Amino acid sequence: MELSEHLFRRESGRLVAALVRIFGVHNLALAEDVVQDAFCRALEVWKVRGIPENPSAWLMSVAKHRAVDIVRREKTAQMFAAELGRVLESEWTLVPAVEEAFAGSTIRDEQLRMMFSCCDPRLPEEVQVALVLNILCGFAASEIANAFLTSRAAMEKRISRGKKSLASSRRLFDLADAEFGPRLSAVRRALYLLFNEGYHGASAEAAVRTDLCREAIRLTMLLLDSPQTAVPETQALAALMHLQAAKLPARVDVEGHLNPLVEQDRSLWDAQLVEQGLGLLDRSAVGDVVSAYHVEAAIAAVHATAHSMEETNWNEIVSLYDRRMAIAPSPIVALNRAIAIAQRDGPERGIEALQAISDPERMRSYPFYPAAFGELELRRGNVDAARGYFASALRLARNDAERRFLERRVRHCDEVETPLTSAAYSSGEKRR
Amino acid sequence: MSQFLYLYRMTDAARQDNMGTPERAQQSMQRWMAWMNDLDKKGHLKDRGQPLERTGKVVRGQQKTVTDGPFTEAKDLVGGFTLVEARDIDQAVELSRGCPILEGGGSVEVRPVMKMDM
Repeated sequence: MELSEHLFRRESGRLVAALVRIFGVHNLALAEDVVQDAFCRALEVWKVRGIPENPSAWLMSVAKHRAVDIVRREKTAQMFAAELGRVLESEWTLVPAVEEAFAGSTIRDEQLRMMFSCCDPRLPEEVQVALVLNILCGFAASEIANAFLTSRAAMEKRISRGKKSLASSRRLFDLADAEFGPRLSAVRRALYLLFNEGYHGASAEAAVRTDLCREAIRLTMLLLDSPQTAVPETQALAALMHLQAAKLPARVDVEGHLNPLVEQDRSLWDAQLVEQGLGLLDRSAVGDVVSAYHVEAAIAAVHATAHSMEETNWNEIVSLYDRRMAIAPSPIVALNRAIAIAQRDGPERGIEALQAISDPERMRSYPFYPAAFGELELRRGNVDAARGYFASALRLARNDAERRFLERRVRHCDEVETPLTSAAYSSGEKRR
Repeated sequence: MSQFLYLYRMTDAARQDNMGTPERAQQSMQRWMAWMNDLDKKGHLKDRGQPLERTGKVVRGQQKTVTDGPFTEAKDLVGGFTLVEARDIDQAVELSRGCPILEGGGSVEVRPVMKMDM
């Protein structure tokens, strides 16, 4: 019998959530120790006895027994979850209370509450995301540091800062709280950032990127599992993630090379994810809120259903970007809008739109701003200008994946002897 | 064929470190399973053995004094054992080289089981 992939990591988040229900969030470290201990036991017993029929149930039962032992040893339940009151103090109620904490629906609800607690707006967003990855997804500080290209020490500090704040709250966020609405927005935002870290982020490892995207989708689906959090805006976020994730196999190759949309082999797109994404987008179209997630998902849907760059409905995409700008303007959105305009109206119009971006200051350190000029200059045959722009972009590259991508663009300019026409470029030259 | 006992030893710190992250724990597990299955397939596995708790008691001397584990004085705690069959000690040692505990900073003690041939 084979272990399912990432079983331990996945179980870690579930078990910690159940144990925090019993021990209280101020005892998060104790909950984590119990889970760690269960993994140790599993390792030692399974390697000689073989993997049990139901590994998850096995781990859960070890964690339950350990929890009961710990509560019994303390004699008083006062140090544990205040919410459970005195049920932990009596043998009559202790075991049933522990059983209840490990029931499927409780684990789901407690994971949600944990997620809401991690996304406390008093914590910086990068701390929120790190906490979600550590506690709910079972990633170690070293693994998160690796994905975000930061040092392990810095990540450990970030996580311990977050945990200190969590522990001091003494109880997890209550979904009946008046703050529910804004906090749900913060949760979606953190999951969106988590997904983007996988999709656009720093790691050069395709596997790391896929993992982050997959975890973001899993947690978003957890929100959709519960009527309270399964609102249209959450559906739209889930749709966006599915439609974007569908492109991942074509976007990053095994060596971590980024392929721009024009160069992507669309036959590698995951048709099942596209279908799920379109279904979610359909379901998100109720009520009167059109969020940024709705619009971004709609843009992703236009791309996902087009067979090629030429067959893409650029008019639709430009108008969706206009709506996206109306909801929350940002120079990055404006940049993407300019690229869509170039596709619709030609590179000159695109360059004008790039020049019109209202906040070029903020774009000064963003490599894809000069790179966009480079692409459009290249498309209208100004190879020298394009090379200059790509070289500037290269100096701004923030990680290896970006660096290698931009180096390829500079090299491409060197190799172009006769100016490429726009048609030749957008017909999708495949160069690795 | 002769029988040999593998005694797995590891410090608590190394053990914690190997289990440091859920992902690493799972990888460690998978390496163990693969190694054991390989021994089994090649006909060397006599008895998979048992894992041992890391606590216990020690009874010592004529006074029969009982002390509690964990045995802080022992750096490497025996965490379990396996019985294998091999041609000779050299082969038993060779086979033990694949044991994942070595990657994690632990050790395998290879001890021939005493033969009772008359």
